[in-house]
Amino acid sequence: MNQFQGRALSWAVKDGTVELALHREPCNELGSIALEEAGQFADSLAKLASEAHALIIFSSLRAGFSAGADLRELYHLLQTSERDAFLKEVRARVERAHRVINAIDAAPLTTIAAVHGVVFGGGFELALGCDLIIADKTARFCFPELRLGLIPGWGGIPRLKRDLGNAMIRDLLLTGRSLGATKVQQAGLVSQVVAEGEALKVARATAVQLRKFDRHTAAAAKRFIKPIPYEELQREIDIFCELFSRPAVEAGLRQFVDRRDAQPYLPQ
Amino acid sequence: MRSPDQTLEEILNLAAVHFQVPREKIRPDDDFFKTLGIDSLQTLDLLTKLENHFRVELPDYELQGVSDFRTLANRIRARL
Repeated sequence: MNQFQGRALSWAVKDGTVELALHREPCNELGSIALEEAGQFADSLAKLASEAHALIIFSSLRAGFSAGADLRELYHLLQTSERDAFLKEVRARVERAHRVINAIDAAPLTTIAAVHGVVFGGGFELALGCDLIIADKTARFCFPELRLGLIPGWGGIPRLKRDLGNAMIRDLLLTGRSLGATKVQQAGLVSQVVAEGEALKVARATAVQLRKFDRHTAAAAKRFIKPIPYEELQREIDIFCELFSRPAVEAGLRQFVDRRDAQPYLPQ
Repeated sequence: MRSPDQTLEEILNLAAVHFQVPREKIRPDDDFFKTLGIDSLQTLDLLTKLENHFRVELPDYELQGVSDFRTLANRIRARL
């Protein structure tokens, strides 16, 4: 289908560009609904790619691109499920997320993440699946998973390894600190930093430029320069699921969910 | 080089404009979460604004336990 209006995301083809909008309040937490709809998007991508030159992923919410996996939903699931069933569900979700991001990573069109505000965890990993990241000045990138006793589980580490130097990856992972758009651009991950509120507009202008190129050549260039690290992605899933079975994760999730102060997205 | 007072004043002005709070209602020792009525996502937004304004990098973990503008100004001055 070339048009879809869901509860967490929507897409449409406009002027040769697929636009995928994230719009799940409060900040595009990626839970079961988002993953289900993203799965539908992945299934439609081959057909969409035949009608377009570019894909733009953006958030229509003011708070940001995405706060990452829906931790509250995960914690609720943990509290209401048998342990084995819960761990099975965690693996199923991680594999679903990988299937979606791998499909975007491998799509035979040029993909752009137009981001602003919070670009955390799974949201960051979704952006890393894209060929270009265009960030407005409000964007902050972060892998806070260590705070929860985890590593990023949706392809973050293998894709960072593909795109960045190891020292920068260690900084992001081991400190769990958030970095502003300018810093991430200096590291080479962000393609363009633009004024507040301008990322989507600039992404659309970039997509217009991409339309001038032969699509077969662009797809061949992408396949050549952007190999997908499937083996490491699978290893990441295994490590993530192994870590998820440890009590530290439940404690980390509880601490996040129980916080009643204003600071759940800040380090503790 | 900015003076401590100047740094503090710039932070107060920036917070007032960005979060649309009258400048006279913001004092240096106020709890910025309460005075500005902001949550953690908005605090990250403030941090980004401050980093861009002062052209410094301020790791968010340095904000742990910081809730007043004066201490925030000291953290920023340490990186100017």
